[in-house]
Amino acid sequence: MKVIVDEARCVGGGHCVVTAERVFDQHERDGTVVLLDSTPPEELHEAVHRAAMLCPAAAISVTA
Amino acid sequence: MTDLFTEPELLFQHNPEQPFQLPPGLARLRAERPLAPMRFPDGHEGWLATGYDEARTVLGHAAFSNRYELIHIPLPGFSGEMPPAPTGDFLGLDAPEHTRFRRLLAGKFTVRRMRVLTEQVERFTADRLAALAALPRPADLMAAYAQPIPALVICELLGVPATDREWFRQAVNGMLAREGTSADDIMTNWTALNDYLRDLVRAKRAEPTDDVLSELTTSDLTEDELTGVGVFLLGAGLHTTATVLGLSTLALLMNPGQLATLRENPAGAIEELLRYTGIGGATVRVARTDVEIGGELVKAGQTVAISPIAANRDPRRFGDGDALDLGRDASGHLSFAHGVHQCLGQHLARVELRIALPALFERFPSLALAVPVHEVPLRTTANMYELERLPLTWQD
Ligand code: SF4
Repeated sequence: MKVIVDEARCVGGGHCVVTAERVFDQHERDGTVVLLDSTPPEELHEAVHRAAMLCPAAAISVTA
Repeated sequence: MTDLFTEPELLFQHNPEQPFQLPPGLARLRAERPLAPMRFPDGHEGWLATGYDEARTVLGHAAFSNRYELIHIPLPGFSGEMPPAPTGDFLGLDAPEHTRFRRLLAGKFTVRRMRVLTEQVERFTADRLAALAALPRPADLMAAYAQPIPALVICELLGVPATDREWFRQAVNGMLAREGTSADDIMTNWTALNDYLRDLVRAKRAEPTDDVLSELTTSDLTEDELTGVGVFLLGAGLHTTATVLGLSTLALLMNPGQLATLRENPAGAIEELLRYTGIGGATVRVARTDVEIGGELVKAGQTVAISPIAANRDPRRFGDGDALDLGRDASGHLSFAHGVHQCLGQHLARVELRIALPALFERFPSLALAVPVHEVPLRTTANMYELERLPLTWQD
């Protein structure tokens, strides 16, 4: 799995952090997403898909 | 297909015997035409979204604007045009103006920062529980518990000095429309709060303390904008959280079998209560270009009203959505909206609910409604539910 985030779209909602905190964090300055791990291990895939689904700004995408 | 126009009254029907029942007309419409033509009170021919997918698509779509001056309002009896957003109310702006405010604020409302607030929320909750226990019964949960907790949290965020908090709380209360407050009272309190916040902004700029307002004084926001942001945060964060806290208590008292789940998994339970008690009457967006949604063509300039309560119970998304089931996975509900305007304070609201709601039932295991359900003064006449009082009683 490869995770891509689009910081320009991000509105700092923080769902990604709540859902998969080993993969995502937020900048202290403006709340935008920080990608901690762009190729997360298998056991986190479900959480990442969930984060992508919950993201209000469609800023997270996932490729195989 | 001939376009039979739905009337907006549908959005505000309310059965006092069953306050959490979705108006039956909305459920029927959702099944038949989840995005349906609707005639707004001012004569505008727009749309009503009741389906989950349709509502979520509109809220998340870049073709839709939230500029107040472009929008038609579905409130019965409302025929006037809306003025543009007042300074600092960035909810009524689109990108890039919206983005500037949103970014500045989002940095102050990160998940990490909200977790840091947890201890303070616990302290406020303990204080209010003690105050509630000392009251004669029946006691009003709204005045004694549900309203003060978010008000104290906002004071903390804005850095309102302890000595001003009682005044502040009363002014905020006076600003909320309710029985016995006149339009003049509301205006007087609104002006007083505005003046107070402007002075507070100046004071924080001169002598910053450890709070969101102080931090924002170092941004490029002007004094007017910063004062406006303060007013906006009050408007967004107080009434909403208080109402959900009250409605959740009521929903649990009507479904006591679910209390065990609240204890075991408060985070999941709160999510379901947010879905089930979702307080929005209607959210609106206006199309800037023609856009096709769910097979319907929304034309440029048309307003779409979204019913979050109907969408939140869409069986295509939540199965038996009309049932309160604290064990279900309710994530993805639209109670905080969706898209770039999704509620900025949602994680803070979650922290408050997650602490204050279980604590209440723990402290008062025999908590009970002091009046029949149909006498609970819940109104759906405004843009969201208004829960004026929630009279409760308990045994020692
Ligand atoms: S959920 Fe989406 S909008 Fe929110 S912080 Fe993460 S990437 Fe940004």
